[in-house]
Amino acid sequence: MGAQHEQWEYLNPGKTFAETLNLSHHTLLYVEGVSVSFDGFKALDALSFYIDVGELRCVIGPNGAGKTTMMDVITGKTRPDRGIVYFGQTIDLLKLDEPQIAQAGIGRKFQKPTVFEHHTVLENLELAMAGDKRVLRTLFARLTGPQRDRIEEVLGIIGLTDAARQSAGALSHGQKQWLEIGMLLMQDPLLLLVDEPVAGMTHQEMDRTAELLTSLAGRHSVVVVEHDMDFVRSIAKKVTVLHQGRVLAEGSMEQVQSDPRVVEVYLGE
Amino acid sequence: MLLEALRTDRGGQVLLAILAVAVVVVPVLNLAVPPDSPLYLSTYTVTLLGKYLTYALLAVAVDLVWGYLGILSLGHGAFFALGGYAMGMYLMRQIGERGVYGNADLPDFMVFLNLQELPWFWHGFGQLWFALLMVGLVPGLLAFVFGYLAFRSRVTGVYLSIITQALTYALMLAFYRNEMGFGGNNGLTDFKDLMGFSLQDDRTRVALFVLSAVALAGGYVACRGIVASRLGRLMIGIRDAEGRARFLGYRVEHVKLAVFTFSAVLAGIAGALYVPQVGIINPNEFSPLNSIEIVIWVAVGGRATLYGAAAGALLVNYAKTYFTGALPEVWLFALGGLFVLVTLLLPRGIAGLLRIRRPA
Repeated sequence: MGAQHEQWEYLNPGKTFAETLNLSHHTLLYVEGVSVSFDGFKALDALSFYIDVGELRCVIGPNGAGKTTMMDVITGKTRPDRGIVYFGQTIDLLKLDEPQIAQAGIGRKFQKPTVFEHHTVLENLELAMAGDKRVLRTLFARLTGPQRDRIEEVLGIIGLTDAARQSAGALSHGQKQWLEIGMLLMQDPLLLLVDEPVAGMTHQEMDRTAELLTSLAGRHSVVVVEHDMDFVRSIAKKVTVLHQGRVLAEGSMEQVQSDPRVVEVYLGE
Repeated sequence: MLLEALRTDRGGQVLLAILAVAVVVVPVLNLAVPPDSPLYLSTYTVTLLGKYLTYALLAVAVDLVWGYLGILSLGHGAFFALGGYAMGMYLMRQIGERGVYGNADLPDFMVFLNLQELPWFWHGFGQLWFALLMVGLVPGLLAFVFGYLAFRSRVTGVYLSIITQALTYALMLAFYRNEMGFGGNNGLTDFKDLMGFSLQDDRTRVALFVLSAVALAGGYVACRGIVASRLGRLMIGIRDAEGRARFLGYRVEHVKLAVFTFSAVLAGIAGALYVPQVGIINPNEFSPLNSIEIVIWVAVGGRATLYGAAAGALLVNYAKTYFTGALPEVWLFALGGLFVLVTLLLPRGIAGLLRIRRPA
């Protein structure tokens, strides 16, 4: 009875997600035995892994390994056939939909940079800002002083202070990626899911992105899905290798690289 | 906040200024100028202009959902017609004993159909306040239920457009049936007076024109207030990248539902002002073609500008009046040709030609 009650606690309208969140075991995200199949194709096959508070984790794997499906499950876009996904000890993510999961503290950057192209950089960050996002509140919302400061701060972090009044559609590909990361930061998330942040970037831009993501770890947990091995090598402390919807190997970059199974399916090719 | 929004809205300032002038000049030219003067504006023209203004309000309502939120509604004619029917029912009840059959309780068509008593859903329409309430409530409620089902199931794009067409078509077929109790294919007509003022009186016609102008101005300002707010920026965001908005924690369905319902209420108000001016409401107003025409007005004027939608409605309908009088057989071709030309040459409509670029 008591456990049951606790499980449903997040539904209590008086309590925010932040009040419900329990991180006493220092693990932010639990993914256990998650399976997803599309028309008989097993995209995820009893996938299990854990993300610690403040950790920076890279997820690699060949095409079709299930990386994007994994993100879809965590953010509520895809419902798994089996398995559990918990945020901290108390919040069952499978019971929430996309906006609730975002409100709970999970931000997601899409594979293709997705920003609001018709708005300025500033307006993009304003829309992303954490707060009451119901319809009427949004209609009458006005920026307060501290909120402006927060936007300025994030503009500095993502290096777009000079482009603040520029239309987001006019940004370069790399700048759009940073803006999207900035929008995640405005949400004050505990967990950032970042899908291919350096696709299509120059080496210079890649270095800046690596710096940005490593600086975010600690204050946030960051999960980076990436194809570019040099980039992964430059930021990763811990790497998870996915293959055919399962975890093939997990450990430091050196451990993973010397694992013969990994070499066979991925790094060796 | 509203004033701030209007200060940077050049097109809106022009529209509101024109309306303000028209509200003063049109009554003077009709009521104060003698009929033999060249400056005299005939009551026929006043009513025609009033009708255009209700169309303009309808177009602004469509632009709000299509231009800013990306919902291409091809069924807004239904909300317009429902508002019109609500007003028509009040006007029918006002006829009283002056009908052909002289029945104080039943409108003529009910006597003709051998009904013994007033159907339950006609009760209350004897009072103007009740009718006015229904003018907003009925279209709003339909839009809410329809939108709730459609947006919750994440129906978007062309599929949504098709079911909005189906909605208005279904209503047309239903209202054609005599059993529905709305006068069948003849609809509601032979209205006598509104709040005791004769609808044949010039002054009543002028008052209806002024009311239409005020409603258009009010509707415009309300819509401008919405699109200039953070909610308006969110609407454009949803239009351009719905998934992004959802993953930022916004309930996209709620935004769509709220704005769609508001837009339907505006369309209903437009319909309620339209009916006393044209003197009839019948199921043809639900015709799917009507709803498509509204979208053409908005496209011609320039979507996502609001004032462009109003301008498009006024211009296209003026052209329609002219062509259907001068060359009746060409009108549909002209309309089709206009739509093709605008799509090819003026993707941003007339407003796009005039638009002053906003500073980057």
